[in-house]
Parts: sequence; C-alpha cells; structure tokens
Amino acid sequence: MSTATTEAGAAPATSTTTMTVTVKILRYNPEVSEEQHWESYQVTAEPTDRVLDALHKVKWDLDGSLTFRRSCAHGVCGSDAMRINGKNRLACKTLLKDVNPSEPITVEPIKGLPVLKDLVVDMEPFFAAYRSVMPFLITTGNEPTRERLQSQKDRDRFDDTTKCILCAACTTSCPVYWTDGQYFGPQAIVGAHRFIFDSRDEGTDQRLEILNDQEGVWRCRTTFNCTEACPRGIEVTKAIQEVKRALIFRR
Amino acid sequence: MVQHHKYDVVIVGAGGAGMRAALESGQRTRTAVLTKLYPTRSHTGAAQGGMCAALANVEEDNWEWHTFDTVKGGDYLVDQDAAEVMAKEAIDAVLDLEKMGLPFNRTDEGKIDQRRFGGHTRNHGEAAVRRSCFAADRTGHMILQTLYQQCIKHGVEFYNEFYVLDLLTVEDKGGVSVNGVVAYELATGEIHVFNAKAVIFATGGFGKVFRTTSNAHTLTGDGMGIVWRKGLPLEDMEFFQFHPTGLAGLGVLLSEAARGEGGILRNSENERFMERYAPTIKDLAPRDMVARAMANEVREGRGSGPDKAYVYLDLTHLPKEQIDAKLPDITEFARTYLGVEPYTEMIPVFPTAHYAMGGIPTNIKGEALADNHTVIPGLYAAGEVACVSVHGANRLGTNSLLDINVFGRRAGIYAAEYAASTDFDDIVEERPEGRVVDMIEHMRDAGGSERVAAIRQELQATMDINAQVYRTEGSLKQALADIEGLKARYVNVSVQDKGKRFNTDLLEAIELGFLLDLAEVLVVSALARNESRGGHFREDYPTRDDVNFMRHTMAYRQEDGTVRLDYKPVIETRYKPMERKY
Ligand SMILES: Cc1cc2nc3c(=O)[nH]c(=O)nc-3n(C[C@H](O)[C@H](O)[C@H](O)COP(=O)(O)OP(=O)(O)OC[C@H]3O[C@@H](n4cnc5c(N)ncnc54)[C@H](O)[C@@H]3O)c2cc1C
Repeated sequence: MSTATTEAGAAPATSTTTMTVTVKILRYNPEVSEEQHWESYQVTAEPTDRVLDALHKVKWDLDGSLTFRRSCAHGVCGSDAMRINGKNRLACKTLLKDVNPSEPITVEPIKGLPVLKDLVVDMEPFFAAYRSVMPFLITTGNEPTRERLQSQKDRDRFDDTTKCILCAACTTSCPVYWTDGQYFGPQAIVGAHRFIFDSRDEGTDQRLEILNDQEGVWRCRTTFNCTEACPRGIEVTKAIQEVKRALIFRR
Repeated sequence: MVQHHKYDVVIVGAGGAGMRAALESGQRTRTAVLTKLYPTRSHTGAAQGGMCAALANVEEDNWEWHTFDTVKGGDYLVDQDAAEVMAKEAIDAVLDLEKMGLPFNRTDEGKIDQRRFGGHTRNHGEAAVRRSCFAADRTGHMILQTLYQQCIKHGVEFYNEFYVLDLLTVEDKGGVSVNGVVAYELATGEIHVFNAKAVIFATGGFGKVFRTTSNAHTLTGDGMGIVWRKGLPLEDMEFFQFHPTGLAGLGVLLSEAARGEGGILRNSENERFMERYAPTIKDLAPRDMVARAMANEVREGRGSGPDKAYVYLDLTHLPKEQIDAKLPDITEFARTYLGVEPYTEMIPVFPTAHYAMGGIPTNIKGEALADNHTVIPGLYAAGEVACVSVHGANRLGTNSLLDINVFGRRAGIYAAEYAASTDFDDIVEERPEGRVVDMIEHMRDAGGSERVAAIRQELQATMDINAQVYRTEGSLKQALADIEGLKARYVNVSVQDKGKRFNTDLLEAIELGFLLDLAEVLVVSALARNESRGGHFREDYPTRDDVNFMRHTMAYRQEDGTVRLDYKPVIETRYKPMERKY
C-alpha cells in the first residue's frame, strides 16, 4: 500500500497482554422465546479494553443478533448502563481488568424497567419520571437584556447534579424503585435538585410540592446504591437528603 | 404495515442543531422531531471546551474580530457573509442559552466567564483573546441538557429511535422540492411515512469513516448520505478536521481547553515544539496546523512511547485546583482509559478525526441548495450535517457549538415561516416507502457472505492511513481503490439478525452503506484539490493555490453511481485572502 503517513498514535504500551475472556450475557428476544436465558461467549481482548469492546466483539464477530444501546463510547451519552457482575455501570467506562476477567463476566439489563430485547430496556417510564419534576428553569418577570448574574459560589452550589447524563444507573439500582412501581426514583430527584439549588430559579415551591408526594423523596431509604452506581460520581444520596431537608425547612 | 403521519415541519436529529430548531419551529407550527437516538444521547453532549461569542465579559472583544478569525482560521474558504451572521448572532445565542438556564462558569462579577481557544484573537491576530464561554469541560453536555429541558417545557413532540432513511421529493416546475421523509422504527421494525411541508436535516457528522475518531459510533453521516443518493450536492467534503489531542490509540477527545488553560505539547526531547511552528500563539494555533506539527514530530522521530508514535500533552505545571475546576472530565478520561494521572504525568496524545467542515450546502437561512444557487423548496439543514459555509477549510474550536445554535435557530424559524406560507404537497407516489422497504428486505433476507464489521474496519483502516492529516495523490488513489473494492463487497453483506424488534444489526449494515458513499465523496474531492488549505494537506502540493482553488467543491452523484465534481465561488465581503501565519 502506498502510505502517506505511518500508523502513528498507537496506544501506549502499558504491559498489555492479550487474554481470552468469557462474557456471560442474559439474552431475551420475545420474537423467539418468552424466556430469558444466559449465553456465554469467548472473546480475545486486552485488559484495558472496555466491556463495551467485548460486547462489540460478540456482536460483530460471533452473534449479530446481540442487542444493546451505545453511542459515544466514553461515558458521556448515557446509552449503555447495564448490570455488569451484578453492579450497574456504563459498559464503555468499565475496563475488563477492573471486573476480574479471569472469571466469566456477567452482563444483564438494568433492573426495574421492562426488558425489550437482550440488554435493551424500555426507558419511557424513566424519562416520564424526569419530565414530571419540571426539569427546566422557571423564572418570573421580564427577561434581563444581558445574562442573569450569578456568583461562582452560587453556581458551584448545584454543580454536582448538573453532571447527570440520564443513564438510569442510579434509579435502576434502587431497591425501593424495584419494588414500588410508583416511586420517581433517584434520578428524578437529582433532576429537581439541579434547579432547586440554582439561585436563578423561582420554581422551587412547585417542584418541592411534587417531590413531597407520597411517591416522592420520602420513599428513599438511604441505601446509597444510587451513589455507588452513578458513573458521573454524583453524590446522589446527598442530593436527595438536601431535598428532604429543604422540604422540612419549608414546613 | 406502513404508518402515515402529517406535520408542517419534520426535524431529523435531536442534537444541538435539531433541538434548537425545534424550539423555534415547535412554538410556531406543528412540528415533529425524528431521532435515531434519545435526544440526550446525541453527540453534542460530548462537546467539551466551549462556545464562543464576543461578549467582552473579561477583555476587549467584538464580533468583527471574531468574523476575521473565523475567515482566517478557515483558510479563506469561508463564505464571509455567513461568518459575519454567525459572529454577530453569537452574542444573543449565548445569552439565550443562559436565560434558558445553562449553568455557565462565572466571573468575579457574576457574568459568564470566558477563556482562550485556538485561533481566536484580539484585533486581527495580535494576541489570543478570551472568547469561549464554557461550563467546565462539559459545555456540550450542558447545551444538550438545557435544550432538552426547554423542549420538555414547550412540549416538543419527539419520535425517539426512529431512523430516517429516505427523503421524499417532487420533481416539477423545472425543479425539485421536498414533501416528507421515510423512517424505520427501531423498536418494531415498522415503516413510517411522514408528509411534511418542510424537512430540516440536523443529523450531525460522519467521523466513523475513520478508525481513530472522537466521534460516536452512531455518527455515520445518514443525513448527508440520504441527500447524496437523491443526486443533490455535497459541498467541501475533502475538508475534515483532525483534532490534535485525542488520547493516543483511542481517539477519545481531550479538549483544546486544556491548552487554553495553559497546557503544553511536548515531543520526546521534552521540547515545546509548537514554538517552532507558530511562534506567536504556539500551542493555540488552529487545529490543522497543530495536528500536522504533531504528526511531523512523530514522522521525524521525535515521538514518545515505545513506538515513538505519539506526543505528550503536559498539564503538570497547572495547579490542581485549576485542573479540577476547569478540566475535570478530560483528566478523568486520561485516568480511566490510559491509567495516567494528569496532575503528575504527561498524557499521550495524537490527532483524531473530529469534525466534518463539509456537508449539505445551505444559504444563511438554512435552506438547502440543489446547485450553486437554487434553493430546494422545503429542505433545510443545520449543524455539522450542513455546510453554510462558516468553517471553510478548517473550523475554529468553539465555532461548532455556536454554529448549531445560530443556524439551528435560523433553520427552525425559516422552515416554520415557509410552512405557514405554503400548502401541503400531498404524497402521490404509489409506494413512497418502496426504496426503504426494498433495501431493508434485501439486506435482511439476502444470504450474502460479507460481514458488516469486517468491511467497516477495512474502510476505517484505509482512511486513517491514506486520507488523514497528510495526503498525496498516491495515497488517495489507494484509498479510492480500497473503497471501490469494499463497495463491491458491500453488495453481498449479510445480516444475522432476521427479526423486526430492535434490529441494530440491520441498521449497522445500512449505516455502513452511508459511510462507504461518503468516504468515496471525501476521497474523490480530495484527489481533485491539488493544493493544501486548512484541514486538507497534500504533500505533493504543499501550498495554497488561490488562483485555481479559491472555490468550494460541489460533488454530485451521477445516475451510474460515479462522482461528478463542480465548483462554487467563495463569498468574499471584507477580507482579502492573506497568508495564514500565527
Ligand atoms: C468530543 C467532541 C468535543 C467537541 N467539543 C466542541 C467544543 O468544545 N466546542 C465546539 O464548538 N464544538 C465541539 N465539538 C463539535 C460539536 O460538538 C459538534 O459538531 C456538534 O455538537 C454537532 O451537533 P449536531 O446537532 O449537528 O449533531 P449531533 O449532536 O451529532 O446530533 C445528531 C442527531 O441526529 C440524529 N440522527 C442521525 N442520523 C439519523 C437518522 N438517520 N435518523 C434520525 N435521526 C438521526 C441523532 O439521533 C442525533 O440526535 C466537539 C465534538 C466532539 C466529538
């Protein structure tokens, strides 16, 4: 081949050794059978490969019918939350070396939302919960001509919850969410927190009212699963506590 | 069963451009947004560094300087009327987002904070200027979330996980116009025909023609591919931007903001090599120059690592607090994917395919063009899929988040106004869904022997080797021969999943078809451009040639599938082409 460039930019060699990993995936396709079942696949991979890379190898080289969502592949779009070795994570942000690749790695859909096919779940109930907390800036009066002023300190107050990518890892790790079909789940509270603590917002009362509902914040049992599951490092449980406190002070 | 829908305006794509358009169109007329991804999965959310506007919040600045920088940064292939519109409207575009709730970083006075970015200067190149408005290194995430939140507030109607695969056109009155689209519903495999007065394409870029890229798996150029197959033109497709700082080997992006905050590029001799290539603004020179400089350091043996294959981005001299406050995400990428601690270690980086300067030609109202002048009634395009052209031969950092907001808004307004002024053009074609149904059935049922992944991998490999930052006639001819071979094999591609439900196997095969078409257009356009300008660098023609090539490339698909090239003059208003020195 005539080449204008050399194959530069190769990955830094951090003592990578190719290995064979077994990925054990909970499969489901109602077009074929109503039952979920486990299937195991062996792929060759580097320890620094992502779980998403392993799933792609299965799909691209072994079984094209394996179905999962994914897009950005570096942890910002929120498409590929799944249960990996029993824990909610993003497949593109989890490296094989960090999930004990000498044993089979189990991959299942996130829990608490209807499974539609393989690792794809129905996200609609999740997004509906988010929409229900009025997740948008609410203001009154005339708009200023320039920007609204906000100190960096006030901006920092809600920084943590602005990081949410709506991947549903938190909500679908919550035991209350699994058992109570009506509970909003942690993400919706995070989505509300982002506005409640934004000094520019004037919709706090309406939002707190919604969260004060029977199926609102008081359902939270502070198990910290959500905080552990969040791939963006948001302190979800703390945010929920802050919303609870805001409700108590309001009373 | 085919389902039929009717909307005044149909928007294809729910990234920044699509949702900004939807907020305008949706409040004026009956609008639907069709998107293959849930809106918040769009790649706008991956954007990091910022969105520029001459707010002059932290130092003197004005929109005329911004216009000049955009024109010069684009190596004078920019249409200057469009650049001026963008730079002027930038200020309101940023302020509008703030009013919608976008959490920008703030100055001590509580105004939107601004920082430096490559190619943005005060007074026509005197020194770097702080023009980029940002929210840490998550600006795109905040834009995407804020626009989605506003869409919720205004009740915008989304059809999520709907793949648009064809555009419906009417040929009469001596011209072509548009009256709808055909979409494939991922969940069910059902086909939907949308009759519309106006269609806005906002489907983003096609970075997946390359192996090393900052782009998402889903950036497969569907919108450009659909228009292309209709025989409508694509403009300046040879101009693809390679961003200097992708994580070595992976392509995951580390924003230019890292250099805006003071980061430095170093070769194996620990030299700040950009001092040699751009003595005035050094590491903040435009991306094409920095990317070539990096590739050149590696070629001349001054690369680092075991294979001397990359250079380093050095942040170790920056205070930890600054890194945590301004660059939290990208430093986490380095930790997660390369196991490098940016506080104390330098990060291995190499250019990564990043941004399509070319696309569907439009005017400043977002109206798509059928040739050098003729507007296609009812068809609009905005965002990375479009070529206005505000980026010319090389886009400046932070000008795309700006582009999607300014021209997304314009396309939304003008499409809605057009819809209000015209009647529905009913679909009279007997089987409007026919082309899509035939393509899908052929792919699902044909027992071919070729695998999608294998063809895609070979395509990406030849594009990385032969059509990246350095190109020659020989390398491009090799790429073209490889693409022709792959297109022949693609005819026999097979899909393993035969089902209707969430058949992503099938859709990957269709997306690959778009990638092959667009790679060919890119390479044919690049072969004919015997000069070097912006992101297109020909080693056999290393200088810019204004006499022969100060013009846009217009590529058309002919009946027999081959590519025909034509050219279009560049719109020049205030600025005469000069040599681009920094
Ligand atoms: C890592 C990264 C960082 C960046 N940082 C910056 C930055 O700091 N500043 C800056 O100015 N620019 C930046 N850019 C560039 C900028 O983010 C993009 O150019 C811009 O966001 C593109 O927006 P868009 O709306 O055109 O497309 P996208 O956001 O890519 O959206 C495309 C939409 O089209 C839909 N779609 C695609 N095909 C179909 C189909 N067939 N049917 C239906 N829907 C379809 C998708 O679902 C999606 O909703 C960055 C880019 C990357 C990759």
